[in-house]
Amino acid sequence: MTEHRARLHGVMAEFETPEQLLSAARKTHEAGYKRVDAYTPFPVEGLAEAIGTRRSWVPLITLVGGLGGGLSGFGLQYWVAAITYPVNIGGRSLNSWPAFIPVTFELTVLGASLFAVVGMLALNKLPQPYHPVFNVERFATTASTDRFFLCIEARDPKFNLAETARFLQGLNAQHVSEVKDEE
Amino acid sequence: MSTAEPPVNTTHITPSEPLIGPGHTYASVTDKIAAVVLTRPLGIGWLAGFTVTFTFTMVLLVAITWLFTKGVGIWGINIPIGWGFAIVNFVWWIGIGHAGTLISAILFLLNQKWRTSINRFAEAMTLFAVACAGIFPLIHTGRPWMAYYMFPYPSTMGIWPQFRSPLIWDVFAVSTYGTVSLLFWFIGLLPDLATLRDRAKNRIQQVIYGILSMGWRNSARHWHNYQSAYLLLAGLATPLVLSVHTVVSFDFSIAIVPGWHTTIFPPYFVAGAIYSGFAMVLTLTIPLRKAYGLEDFITMRHLDTMAKVMLSTGLIVAYGYFIEFFMAYYSGNKFDVFLAEQRLHGPYRHFYYALILCNILTPQLLWSSKVRRNVPLLFLLSLVINTGMWLERFVIIIISLTRDFVPSAWGRYSATFWDYATLAGTILGLFSMLVFLFVRGLPAIAIAEMRELVHEGHARREPS
Repeated sequence: MTEHRARLHGVMAEFETPEQLLSAARKTHEAGYKRVDAYTPFPVEGLAEAIGTRRSWVPLITLVGGLGGGLSGFGLQYWVAAITYPVNIGGRSLNSWPAFIPVTFELTVLGASLFAVVGMLALNKLPQPYHPVFNVERFATTASTDRFFLCIEARDPKFNLAETARFLQGLNAQHVSEVKDEE
Repeated sequence: MSTAEPPVNTTHITPSEPLIGPGHTYASVTDKIAAVVLTRPLGIGWLAGFTVTFTFTMVLLVAITWLFTKGVGIWGINIPIGWGFAIVNFVWWIGIGHAGTLISAILFLLNQKWRTSINRFAEAMTLFAVACAGIFPLIHTGRPWMAYYMFPYPSTMGIWPQFRSPLIWDVFAVSTYGTVSLLFWFIGLLPDLATLRDRAKNRIQQVIYGILSMGWRNSARHWHNYQSAYLLLAGLATPLVLSVHTVVSFDFSIAIVPGWHTTIFPPYFVAGAIYSGFAMVLTLTIPLRKAYGLEDFITMRHLDTMAKVMLSTGLIVAYGYFIEFFMAYYSGNKFDVFLAEQRLHGPYRHFYYALILCNILTPQLLWSSKVRRNVPLLFLLSLVINTGMWLERFVIIIISLTRDFVPSAWGRYSATFWDYATLAGTILGLFSMLVFLFVRGLPAIAIAEMRELVHEGHARREPS
């Protein structure tokens, strides 16, 4: 560890219950902090909104995937059955669209599901092998079990190490610690 | 289960009965579930079970190798019975998978909290069942090395699949189902893999779970997108699961063979799929909760609810059997009437009687809450129903194919050693081996969702 090269990622406060975290997150947002993230071992209702997260893009991405899957699925079948490989069976219609519905449906679901998952991972910037919050010992061991964390990041324009730490202390945090970013 | 419960609880289940045993905290549910994977030593029971199932997986590989060497002639199939055990097993396995998606997707949309402690396990069961199911259509093609012809790709021969055929729909339905089930399962696992990464004690575990969890850090912004994606996947998987067994039933009902060409097939196949799937979930969870002491998480209320789902889907299946007979006589079609009589009096009537006994008569015991709360009996019933559902597919396929329109084209079918070896190789082999590996390699219960239940107060409520 090269201490002198460590940059500051932010200040992190630890809470015992999701309710305490939620009220602290609301106060932090009201105080004007924008670069904030909260960490909970299970999804807590209202928390993402409390730290100022806007509507998720995942539904739109999923819609695009579904439409793309369905249209290309039908297009593929139409092109194969009516244009490139027509098979005349007693003069029946080449564009026999009712018979193409099952595959169109399956590819709609496939496209939408793949886009939903890949879109969610991309929006969350995952996979991400390193993140500075894990440098906080208590975070790395308890954040995925039973402790609730709030981190105000150093890139926030309002951020000031001493002042922000004092602000978090005032929100009844159990521990407040600096988050170092070692690069 | 515990002796402290008042006696009234042994026969009555109230909706307020807790979904988690009393006194559990975020840490205790996490510890208990993660410990099965991370710290618990491999017991003699697991090792013995793994050895047996590994051996049967080898039996499956031998059976398939011999099949590829000699061709499908080693099986009992002939003309006119071209679809023997392979398709019976395929339909049976894919049906079993359906309960996993039902539990994880449909019950999620319906906000049924009791699904939480069984959904992970049921989804894993789905994946393993689909893996077993996928083997059969592939190896039954005779020249499996050319199975890729079924996918649309620009070949130098200039040929394309026939998209008007239900068999091609099946390729798309089953491969989409397998893919979406895997995605849904993985997304559900992501936060739990991060939990395991944070709790792992040795380097190997840290690296493996670290890679699999993709750097998940429980951020509220991540959860926000995550919940949106999970809900959408549940919404997508719901019509998907209904479509898959519908398409499988089209393999039969689009054909004109007597006993296959009926419109009741899609709903009755889907109900049968859920019926057999819940039976398989019970077959697996009853030993699991016992072996790993998970009775606090998979409670009597879960077993009771699953038994009720089996009873109701079983009644839909019974209605399907009745309608098949009714429509045969009501339509007056002589081939359909003849087939109905063949089921009752023909050479395979014993299979039909066994089917009625396993699928309709015996499950009526589930009306009694004493039976639903009797764990060994429930386990036995789940095995009976699984057998019954296999017999259903046997009856549909074999009886119809042996007795179609022209008496000169009739035939007989009997399975060979290799048919049985392949079936046993999937049930006792591949499927069970994957279950054994899953239980010790990944959290069998969704940890993050259990913490959510604790938060919502499901553990604090005292048993009434």
